[in-house]
Amino acid sequence: MTTDAAKPGPARSGLPISILLAGLSIGFFVVVALATGEVSQLSGQGIVGLLQRMVALGLVSIGQTFVILVGSIDLSVAALISAVAVLASHIMQGDPAMILPAILICLGLCLAVGLVNGALVAYGGINPLIATLGTGLIIQGVLAASFGVLQGAVAREFQVIAYGGLLGVPYSLLLLAVLSLAAGFVLDRTLFGARIYAVGGNPDGARLAGIRTERVTLSAHVVASLFAGASGLYLAARLQSGTPWIGRDGIYDLESIAVTVIGGTILAGGKGGVAGTLAGVLLFASLDAGFNMLGVDAFLKQVLRGAIVIAAVAVHAIRTKEHVA
Amino acid sequence: MKLRTILAASVALSFAGQALAQDFNDPAEFKKQREQLSMKPQGPEGQPWAQHLGDGMVDTAKYKKDGQVTICFSNAGVFNPWRVVGLNNLNAEAELHKDRLKELIVVDAEGKDDKQISDIEALVSGGKCDALIVSPNTTAALTPAVEAACGKLPVIVFDRGVNTQCPVTYIHPVGGYGFGITSGEFIASKLQKGANVLALRIMPGVDVLETRYSAAKNIFDEAGIKVVGSEFTGSDRAKTKSIVEDYINRGEKIDAVWMDAGDTATAALEAFEDAGLPYPVISGEDQQDFLRKWQSEKLTAIGPSYPTYQWRTAIIAALDVLDGKQVPGPEWVLPQPAITEDVLAKYVDERMPPLHYSLCGCQELPGYPERWGGKK
Amino acid sequence: MTTVPLPSSRRAAGIALNAGLVIFVVLYAAIALLQPNYLEPGLFMNFLRRAAPLLILACGQLYVILTGGFDLSMGAVATLVVLAASILINGDPDATWAVIGTLYVMGIAVGLVNGLVVAFLKVPSIITTLGTMLLVNGLALAWSGGAARGDLPDNFRNLGRLVWRGVPVIGTLPLAVVVIAGFVALAWWGLNGTVYGKRALAVGDNPRAAELAGTPVAVTRILAFVVSAVSAVTAGILLGGFSGVSVNAGEGLELQAIAACVIGGAQLLGGRGSIWSAVFGALSLFALFTLLNILGLPQALRDSIQGLILIAAVGASMWRSRKRN
Repeated sequence: MTTDAAKPGPARSGLPISILLAGLSIGFFVVVALATGEVSQLSGQGIVGLLQRMVALGLVSIGQTFVILVGSIDLSVAALISAVAVLASHIMQGDPAMILPAILICLGLCLAVGLVNGALVAYGGINPLIATLGTGLIIQGVLAASFGVLQGAVAREFQVIAYGGLLGVPYSLLLLAVLSLAAGFVLDRTLFGARIYAVGGNPDGARLAGIRTERVTLSAHVVASLFAGASGLYLAARLQSGTPWIGRDGIYDLESIAVTVIGGTILAGGKGGVAGTLAGVLLFASLDAGFNMLGVDAFLKQVLRGAIVIAAVAVHAIRTKEHVA
Repeated sequence: MKLRTILAASVALSFAGQALAQDFNDPAEFKKQREQLSMKPQGPEGQPWAQHLGDGMVDTAKYKKDGQVTICFSNAGVFNPWRVVGLNNLNAEAELHKDRLKELIVVDAEGKDDKQISDIEALVSGGKCDALIVSPNTTAALTPAVEAACGKLPVIVFDRGVNTQCPVTYIHPVGGYGFGITSGEFIASKLQKGANVLALRIMPGVDVLETRYSAAKNIFDEAGIKVVGSEFTGSDRAKTKSIVEDYINRGEKIDAVWMDAGDTATAALEAFEDAGLPYPVISGEDQQDFLRKWQSEKLTAIGPSYPTYQWRTAIIAALDVLDGKQVPGPEWVLPQPAITEDVLAKYVDERMPPLHYSLCGCQELPGYPERWGGKK
Repeated sequence: MTTVPLPSSRRAAGIALNAGLVIFVVLYAAIALLQPNYLEPGLFMNFLRRAAPLLILACGQLYVILTGGFDLSMGAVATLVVLAASILINGDPDATWAVIGTLYVMGIAVGLVNGLVVAFLKVPSIITTLGTMLLVNGLALAWSGGAARGDLPDNFRNLGRLVWRGVPVIGTLPLAVVVIAGFVALAWWGLNGTVYGKRALAVGDNPRAAELAGTPVAVTRILAFVVSAVSAVTAGILLGGFSGVSVNAGEGLELQAIAACVIGGAQLLGGRGSIWSAVFGALSLFALFTLLNILGLPQALRDSIQGLILIAAVGASMWRSRKRN
């Protein structure tokens, strides 16, 4: 079991989960649309609308997949998303000339946060839940305290990311697609990807094999933070100006973990991949859109979502022979 | 650039309080709302949800639609009791118009801007809606989505606004400054110069709440009343009570408590009870539990409001627009009454749950009181 | 049988006791320095009364942490308890005790669901309890219609609110302090007076080994979640008593409870910790909140400081355990 997972390369069993999950999600969406007579939701525009619901959560979750694969976790992404969205709006102040500097500074911030998270977890030996909960609180606090002067709006031209498109396909979807493919490629086809699976599957084995496991963990955290940054930039473009609570209100920390695990990546690390995660994100998007069409009451929605999270993970976790905690 | 940002951030850290206050301290708006508070409303007597302040009207003949209509409503969420009562008002108002209204579609964004944008896009592209009501989660974020929707169908916005003139009308009560003026002036009138007031607020940075505080603060400063503390409670009763206890334990004399929302007012008062101290002068809101306490303990109090009856107005406006009638606009400013001692008894209703907002204007609506959680 | 991991755990727990206690004493001394009347027995008792819900939650959370899991659902259970109590009792003092019984039954049901899903469906506890958190919170809100309903009579409120005055030696004695003393004694007995404590440590340390040694892993896990849920009900009753009904009574308490255990020296993912980690961790955290209040820092920065302290506390305990080895 563990020796299997320690083998470099993605777990093959990840694929069926993702296809099954994606099929179920689309099936649910189509059935609900037909049943409620909202046939127009099945048009090109309707489908694009559905996929658009995936972008923000999708971007963070790709990054979350990287850290979970190395056996870590990142709870600071929600705060970082807020920070990036606020910072981007503040630096741009509506000026298109500042788009590039704003992006660079934001990604610089993400790099720094990722390095701190990674260092605390990999070199400090601090449990990742506590380390990233801590950094998240720190970011959130500094952000809320300085929001008074950190106001502004992104440049109109920057909003093209969220509102513009190519042949009817929004740029944001293309961005998600490209970044997903890139992440998938890195995990499946590169040495770095193989090391991520090795470190997550069997850290001792990986260390014996000469992999500097701390570096791999650190890099995974940097990737997670950068993807959170991408999500924050997208939200800034979509919302025109960031507020210090968009990350928290979006529950991007817990939801990104949930969709990753629903997608078949195991929390212990070493098994899973981006395809499953995206299928998990699609499930959440279809639920959102489907519940809207059905007119499900806001509180009942929460109940259903809780049950679905458990059920979706149970479906594949139940085959686990080992104990989980 | 980077340096400037870092500099700004560090300055902000040291002066966070002042920086926030300045952003939401607009003397012109303060003056305007102060005038609106004493203005005589136009419209049907005794039905404040159908009244308006000021003279502006907009023509809506081009939106006229015969037969049964579908109204869609994109709600920011029902994450606090105010919105829960409001949504009940809106649904009940819709029930009054069954003959005209084929369907009311309500979608809930759960407090997420991103989701609300998608929700609005889906409603518009779904093609079912004849009119769209939006209660935006935040002002700037929803502006592009509302702008896009305006091109397809009549849009009515209420509670928070959007940064565009495209909606047919924007419904709101007088506003945050008005709330702060009513409560601040009452407290100032009951205290001597140099007295202490403790300000309890929900959270920082929210436009509709910051303006309430900045208005009250201005009035306290003018009257020479000292604000001994301005604390955030997160609408949490336990936290509210603890904060007040901390101030009492510090030996600080608190003559009055000012609140930017009344949902934890009774928790604040309990801290005084538990410490064996007399009740302070207090400004709350129109929640039942506060009004009952006020009545039974004979408090010196006021209940300013941000009335939930505006949720009724949204449906009324949407139907008027689809009838092609003139409606108040581009802003439909509703009266914003406050509960004072002389009218207190009228608003206390023992059947209603503790956080029912008494200025719901819902007493005559179908399903009262059960729909709002009350006992028969 | 399971004696192998025990000696080290016991020693570690002893050290943990000192760490939590030391942090608490230092923080409380700082409070007393700024505001000397906190040294009066009356104010100390009041401090304990307010810390009571968090302290009890931490004791319950500790059971789950010892077995290697997390319980994110306890805040939602506490909220459910407050809302349900108010609806069911509806101001009738004669109904209080029967309703309290019902509340415990509801809580135990949630605990059983958590435990059974983790033990048999093999869903990791962080995901399971995230699911039940959404589910229970949604149920509570759907039941109450999204806002507080009903009313709590004085005999219910007294559990969290009543203070006896004129008590010899200490002057005042809040009923909530009696409740914590009883609860902590029970929780201590569960871990030290029965075979359960050893089993929990063994399961958290290495479930596979514990199973081979004959420990009933599933039962041990399930019981931990039940204890945690019972603590959440107790905390909910105290919270409702202290300040009355609200829909956000339990919000965020689950993370505070986890943080408290960790600050007190319990090790996440199991294997180390004692009831004193929970008790002194919770008191330290609450002393920190009080200190930050007294210092009058902007609210937002208090989050940041909390984050820093969290990382520092765990980092310090890591550093100590490394030095020992």
